[in-house]
Amino acid sequence: MEASKQTRWNPFRSKRGQEMIGRVAATTIVTLCSVVVLLPVVWMISTSLKTPKEVMQFPPTWIPKPIMWGNYPEALTFLPFHLFFRNTAFITAMVLVGDLLVNSLVAYAFARLRAPGREALFILILSTMMVPSQVLMVPQYVLFHRLGWIDTYKPLIVPAYFGSAFLIFLLRQFYRSIPIEMDDAARIDGCGFLGVWWRILMPLSLPALASAAIFSFTYNWNDFMAPLVYLNAPEKMTLAVSLAYFRHRYGATPWHLLMAATLVAVLPCVVLFFFAQRYFIQGIVVSGVKG
Amino acid sequence: MKIRLRMSQKEAITFYLLILPWIIGFFGFQLGPMLASLGFSFTNYDVIRPPEWVALGNYKTMFFEDELFWQALKVTFTYTVLAVPSGIVVALFLAVMLNQRVPGLAVFRTIFYLPSVISGVAVSLLWLWLLNPTVGLINFLLWTVFHIKGPMWLLSGPWVIPSFVLMSLWGVGGSLIIYLAALQSVPTELYEAASMDGATAWRRFWSITLPMISPVILFTFITGMIGALQVFTQAYVMSDRGRGGPHYASLFYGLYLFQNAFRYFKMGYASAMAWVLFIIILLLTLLTFRVSSERVFYQAGR
Repeated sequence: MEASKQTRWNPFRSKRGQEMIGRVAATTIVTLCSVVVLLPVVWMISTSLKTPKEVMQFPPTWIPKPIMWGNYPEALTFLPFHLFFRNTAFITAMVLVGDLLVNSLVAYAFARLRAPGREALFILILSTMMVPSQVLMVPQYVLFHRLGWIDTYKPLIVPAYFGSAFLIFLLRQFYRSIPIEMDDAARIDGCGFLGVWWRILMPLSLPALASAAIFSFTYNWNDFMAPLVYLNAPEKMTLAVSLAYFRHRYGATPWHLLMAATLVAVLPCVVLFFFAQRYFIQGIVVSGVKG
Repeated sequence: MKIRLRMSQKEAITFYLLILPWIIGFFGFQLGPMLASLGFSFTNYDVIRPPEWVALGNYKTMFFEDELFWQALKVTFTYTVLAVPSGIVVALFLAVMLNQRVPGLAVFRTIFYLPSVISGVAVSLLWLWLLNPTVGLINFLLWTVFHIKGPMWLLSGPWVIPSFVLMSLWGVGGSLIIYLAALQSVPTELYEAASMDGATAWRRFWSITLPMISPVILFTFITGMIGALQVFTQAYVMSDRGRGGPHYASLFYGLYLFQNAFRYFKMGYASAMAWVLFIIILLLTLLTFRVSSERVFYQAGR
């Protein structure tokens, strides 16, 4: 009796067994959930390849018949999307340069240089993150209106050259994880403050810069409110704004074309994510956990 | 000694030179505009004619005459109260599951974060389509899997906010990644010791996991709350041409503020609304810190 109890391995009793069951259950749950997360994306792709008739069909189909590859060229030509693509790329690139250059210098100063008032200023930077964008929206509009910048890209680009609280914070956290002995060694070898930044911190913080670049890129690529407020001329529109207009182009939304255009519009961010995933995750972790 | 002093002075000067762009930006694009906005909030101002002083007129109108202001507050608060806690629970649940040494962790993490990469307009358009009452995916699944006839979602008043909440849950990947990293940094010795003492998995979660990652939960709660109170893009795209319908059910505060500023060009009124929102955010953040100060556990030596 005693022996048989010992040999019959009951997975619900033993510690290892419980752990195994836990792992299997957890794996099943996350698999199901990830299917739920992916379904909308599959649905989006499926819709983008359907005929208008099949889009409105019930019950809906997953695999379109016939597969309308032609939806893509049609969606991309009935509004001048190549233009919106170029506009968005231009704004995003100009902001990216400013974001990386300015914020990495400011973050370097906050991470490494000792100066009276440094801590207070850093707290000030952090607290500016709490100011809702709506508070700044109206007066900034008035300011840019007075400067004659409405309907130009300046309101979207110029502020990036004056620092962003979030990116300063992110980069500073990274810089502080690099041993300060590296700086000291470089200083002894005759490097100035800028030399330390350029020769030591920049090369060592490439992953950090990649994270910052990704945040900057995806934010500005997807930004909706600022271009909506500051741009008027249709030919200056960005992708995000034009997609929102696309919906109302005709009486009924052409869902197959809209989904095709949306997929193309998000493609750069998705591709970037797949190739630079590590930096996405690192950036989120540093800004969240060590915050 | 003299050289050392000069060195530190040089360092301080370099510091201020390097952060100069930020200082200029702070005054030019942040503090200046903020003060201007406070000033505008006491005026009627349409950008073209000079502002006209009305003292507390805008605030009076807002609190005592404008029903849409209260409607916008109601919509926004309801959404925040539903979306923020449910987002935290879902993200935390998935993170805990992923942390059970699930095989293919990296793949799952990628999948869960993917929706956060597609943000703003694209997600709103996608969900507008998913929530289509007749041929949308959600109602189709509700019918085929559970035999439930789905609601009208964005077209039916009471279902509008739940639609927005559902959409927000699709994007919990960001907090999930933060939680997962936090979970992985909890020392395993704590769990081993607790297991030795006979603590159940549930008990270990409440007594070890939750306290250890509470600072991170607080962080995501505060950022989530600030974000939820400012919802704009989704409301603009998903209600018909940013009108906030049906029957103002999707008139989020950010949307109503935008309408006042850039549709009716009531810059003074919009500024007053923005300041009210700012004060609400400040108070709620302070309240959260106050309430959580006894419940959030910070490891020593931070």
